[in-house]
Amino acid sequence: MTAATTTIKTLAGNPHCRRLAWLAIVLLLLAAPFLIETTLGRSWVRIADVALLFIMLALGLNIVVGFAGLLDLGYIAFFAVGAYSYALLASPQLGVHWPFLVLLPLGAAVAALFGILLGGPTLRLRGDYLAIVTLGFGEIIRVFLNNLNRPVNITNGPQGITLIDPLQIGGFSLAQTHTFAGLTFSPVHSYYFVFLACAVVSIIISLRLENSRIGRAWVAIRDDELAASAMGINTRNVKLLAFAMGATFGGVAGGLFASFQGFVSPESFHLIDSIMVLCMVVLGGMGNVAGVVLGAVLLTALPEALRYVGPLQQSWFGEVIIDPADLRMLLFGLALVLMMLLRPSGIWPSRRRHVAGPPAKETEAPSAAR
Amino acid sequence: MEIFAQQLVNGLVLGSIYALVALGYTMVYGILGLINFAHGDITMIGALVSLTAVQLLAAAGVPAPVVLVLAGGAAMVVCVALGVSIERVAYRPLRHAPRLAPLITAIGISILLQYSAALIWGKQYIAMPEIVEPTRIVIAGAQLTSLQATIFLLACAIMAGLLWFLKASRMGRAMRATEQNPAVAGLMGVNTNKVIAFTFVLGSAIGAIAGLMVVLYYGLGHYFMGFMLGLKAFTAAVLGGIGNVAGAVLGGLLLGVIESLASGYIGDLTGGVLGSNYRDIFAFLVLVLVLVLKPSGLMGQHSGDRA
Repeated sequence: MTAATTTIKTLAGNPHCRRLAWLAIVLLLLAAPFLIETTLGRSWVRIADVALLFIMLALGLNIVVGFAGLLDLGYIAFFAVGAYSYALLASPQLGVHWPFLVLLPLGAAVAALFGILLGGPTLRLRGDYLAIVTLGFGEIIRVFLNNLNRPVNITNGPQGITLIDPLQIGGFSLAQTHTFAGLTFSPVHSYYFVFLACAVVSIIISLRLENSRIGRAWVAIRDDELAASAMGINTRNVKLLAFAMGATFGGVAGGLFASFQGFVSPESFHLIDSIMVLCMVVLGGMGNVAGVVLGAVLLTALPEALRYVGPLQQSWFGEVIIDPADLRMLLFGLALVLMMLLRPSGIWPSRRRHVAGPPAKETEAPSAAR
Repeated sequence: MEIFAQQLVNGLVLGSIYALVALGYTMVYGILGLINFAHGDITMIGALVSLTAVQLLAAAGVPAPVVLVLAGGAAMVVCVALGVSIERVAYRPLRHAPRLAPLITAIGISILLQYSAALIWGKQYIAMPEIVEPTRIVIAGAQLTSLQATIFLLACAIMAGLLWFLKASRMGRAMRATEQNPAVAGLMGVNTNKVIAFTFVLGSAIGAIAGLMVVLYYGLGHYFMGFMLGLKAFTAAVLGGIGNVAGAVLGGLLLGVIESLASGYIGDLTGGVLGSNYRDIFAFLVLVLVLVLKPSGLMGQHSGDRA
């Protein structure tokens, strides 16, 4: 065991080996959809696409929760805002069909605006209070999406918006199957590469942010807001920026999601989806970009793997005792609890010191009389 | 005017249920500084247990008042057992952990409770058998059933009892001491672990009764019902000033009335643009407004780092 780790450490220290390893990773990522299709089948390529979207979402939430320490339980609302702004402006719903390259930045901007809208009134709140307000915000957005079909039909209510335009860059539509250098690119493959590019950009932005002036300001606020502001950080602007940045990631992912699915409805944006993204961040390792990516991939793939549990139960017990979807949620809840009890800083923790702030009770002033 | 009186009465009855659930949030928050996310789901378990008990007992031909008492008792036993074990297993080890940890644990527990309930009771709505013949009472032009009146009065009695208990009893004094400063309370000979466990006993028992009241009020139970109820009760607790027991009562009643009036009038006020289908957002609007304008709530004096 120790021999193996020392070997890995020496190898990792060697620049040639590092370069080779990176090359291998890049090649693996590029070949992944074809490898997955031949080994696991096409449905898993789709799952890989979704995993890439969730990487973007989780990285966005990581900015808010992991870096700035602001617990956001309504994060999926930004995803919804991005998805609906794309859906409305590129579908027969309003009869508008704007090009993708306009809509993606627009969705990001609208989501950022909502981020500031949420951040503004909640700036003074911390920890659990913020959590509840953001949760409420997420629910409000969903209630509006559900009900804005009367008196003027904007969102088409619970039925959602269908026939959303697929991604189209120039004359190249991702909805068609293309053949390229002997490889067949069906839509799931093409989307994989677009999402991969976006996810990689998100990862690079996150990594660059982490060690930037802003990133360090976020971490300072997370660890001690008072001290941070004493050090000259404009806490208001920096916190608003965290909300806006996080929301932007969500907005972009939402736009991509809408074009990928061709259909959006309020059903995709429940509280449980917010919690799912939060779990990715928490289980992976709050504040650590690599950990968050790992969390997103694991939590997208594992529930899908649980689908095989249904037939398995059938063959073992003769009937399906636990619905796989419920089993997934049960394991989810259990994982959250056990993770917090046994390994609170995540599978792949951040190297920076404590992540989640000081204990609840001890931060209150001793003179606090109620 | 008649509509106004009717909505007011509806709001008060509903608000008294919110207030009961809010007590559970506010007591735990006062002592541990933790939003017990799972409290709404404890109430849901109480509701479904009592529903099942009523179904079984009513089928066996037991008279209605006995059925209700037994159902409430069964719900209380289950909820108290759950509440105490959750505290012991999930919250106690994290008492000195960073503040996000217990909150995330609470969310996990909440999910666990919801889907365990879905496994046991299924995901469909479960109807409450009608065991009490509804007699109508008219007060100032507003109609209410005897059941609603009983819910309201019982809720008020429980709240008054709790206030008295906290003020006058030995345990109540220990609870207040622990709330102010657990370390010093410990030095004074208060067994704080016991006090905290007892807080969960009290909160869960009251939550169980509230659960029974909810199924009586709406006539339906569902595995997900604890979520909205819990959120609204939490809002009520914040409105009244979290950590303050009398405040939770006031906040609950007020929130019930606000919600009821607002959803009754929003259609007329906005010319039909917004209908009563928006009723669930009022609680959140109230929550945001309170937190922005008066974060300590109506009756709270404390404003620590959360505000």
